[in-house]
Amino acid sequence: MKARFVLRASTPWWRGPLLVGAAALLTILISAIMIRWAGGAPIPAVRYMFISPLQSRFGFTESLLSATPLVFTGAAVAIAFRAGYWNIGAEGQLLAGTIGATWVGLHAESLPRIVGVPLILLAGMLFGALWALTPALLRTRLGIDEVVTTLLLNPVALLIITGLLNGPWRNSESGFPDSDVIADSTKLWIVWPNTRVHFGLALGVVIIGLCWWFVGKMSGGLKLRAVGLAPNAARIAGLPVERTLLITALVSGGIAGLGGASEIAGVAHQLTTGISNNFGYTGVIVATLAALSFVGALLVALMFGVITVGSFSASRALEIPSQIGQLVQAVLLITVVCALVIQKYRVVWTIKRSEGRK
Amino acid sequence: MIDVTEEIISSSLRIATPLALAALGELVTEKSGVLNLGVEGIMYGSAFVGIATAAQTGSLTAGLVAALVSGALAGLIFAFATVTLGVNQHVAGLGLTLLMISLCNTANRIMFTADGGQVRVDPWQPLNFGGPIFSQYWLTYATFLIAVPFVWWLLWKSGLGLKIRAVGENPEAADVAGIGVAKTRYTAIIIGSLFMALAGAFITLAFVGTFTVNIINGRGWVALALVIFGRWTIGRLLIGAALFSLVNAGQLQLRLLPSFADVPFEILLALPFLAVIVGLAISGRNVPYPGAYLKPYKRL
Repeated sequence: MKARFVLRASTPWWRGPLLVGAAALLTILISAIMIRWAGGAPIPAVRYMFISPLQSRFGFTESLLSATPLVFTGAAVAIAFRAGYWNIGAEGQLLAGTIGATWVGLHAESLPRIVGVPLILLAGMLFGALWALTPALLRTRLGIDEVVTTLLLNPVALLIITGLLNGPWRNSESGFPDSDVIADSTKLWIVWPNTRVHFGLALGVVIIGLCWWFVGKMSGGLKLRAVGLAPNAARIAGLPVERTLLITALVSGGIAGLGGASEIAGVAHQLTTGISNNFGYTGVIVATLAALSFVGALLVALMFGVITVGSFSASRALEIPSQIGQLVQAVLLITVVCALVIQKYRVVWTIKRSEGRK
Repeated sequence: MIDVTEEIISSSLRIATPLALAALGELVTEKSGVLNLGVEGIMYGSAFVGIATAAQTGSLTAGLVAALVSGALAGLIFAFATVTLGVNQHVAGLGLTLLMISLCNTANRIMFTADGGQVRVDPWQPLNFGGPIFSQYWLTYATFLIAVPFVWWLLWKSGLGLKIRAVGENPEAADVAGIGVAKTRYTAIIIGSLFMALAGAFITLAFVGTFTVNIINGRGWVALALVIFGRWTIGRLLIGAALFSLVNAGQLQLRLLPSFADVPFEILLALPFLAVIVGLAISGRNVPYPGAYLKPYKRL
């Protein structure tokens, strides 16, 4: 017996949802096996992870808080991928944004909040774009693959943060390697009273809206999509391919950097080496699961916020590792991406003649 | 001065070992037209599986075998997604990396660090043939004396290598000539993954003897860069690995100098990564990508 995947002439409408559902079930099954191995009871754990954050006000608002950085990185990755620019450096760009934001936050005591907040956000955005500049220039000027250069700059950003926190930015009170708390004038407003949900989430939703509007409705967005879908055709048609890629890369880096500033100014209020919980890499998962749609990225980011909060509460209640949250997200990426491709194929089993005669 | 030079060359060879192994694995994979961004994750996975098995069984050899098995399995998953299904290779590779890292971090937590401990083994010791330069781990000798010539022979002298290069350049023509494109790519991906697994196992079983979160720390991405820097040839790939390792070993020595005492060592740690990017900027222009790079093949 030999299995062969053959393209379907047409795909019935129910196959997509069915296979994505199967992928989600498979993901839950795999996490249940890991939970069992960790000595926890799988059924309560799955309930903790996926359902209980939605059942309380606290769980819900904490999920929104966890989703906030992923909204930014998801949008950053989606807009870059739409243009065919493989920016896998959202992690480094977000970290660069936290550096810029912290720098402003530590030097802005005497400013009014209405000046301080735009300033800290702007700094994050600028640093993120700056971190994206080198790979973008190398790609557009010299034709050097951006995948490798954006990836290589991720550990560098983290090393610079570690260096700053062990050196000039070491906490002046405790002496620990985390920065001093930023000035009150640069802290973001809380948008949901008595919770930790901050202005960054609103800003992220605005960014999603702007991306959707620009890429979907504006002529510049049409150019961006044309460059992403068929760069050679776009070049022949006279579109400025290199400039489009460069600008998209900088915008992508800026959005990721803004996400970093939102984390610093909105919730952490100080720089730590663990400031990014893999937000940039998770952004690639978010954008991919959303099929590069911006509204979809917002929804996937919210879902991942629930999983993150859920895995922490499951971890506290059942003493299983909280790392399981990230495992669920990675497994979900692979199973869903495979499911979306499988729906286009049917499996043909062929029996080899020699086997048939036996 | 001679001592310092010898010390730098000696530690360069140690640093270059996992990079060369992983880059050789990536080279074999990419020659078949497939980009494997799972290299970081396969190294991470084999580093953990290797030391976990070695700690449980008390045998470093068993750890190495288990690491190779984990690499082959990860390669099989990647090959199924990219070759059989034709999933986007960037997404599948990065997904594999994230999967392996989160899987190993979870397993590490369950098996070793739940009560504040850490997995440890007595690692392999360097074999001394005289002088610091010839005092290296057996895997270092094996890498440069066996693995490098083997991959050269495999890719450019063997029948399988011809098939790998054919499906990497022009899968349609290879198919017409009777070469099984899918089978050849599966083979190349799995051979490549085995080399990446050796690289990961070297780091825990020889280099450090323990496992910490983020232990691979971008080495897989450096290996990717080395393949491009090397323009898909072994000689230039090794030059790239040597340059990176020399910068890395050099910064380790710089740290000991009094005049560098004020420079945060993290900045020096970042130097090798920046060196790779500079190297790519100088040597990565107009590189000859394999003809079918990133393109899944489907018979229509």
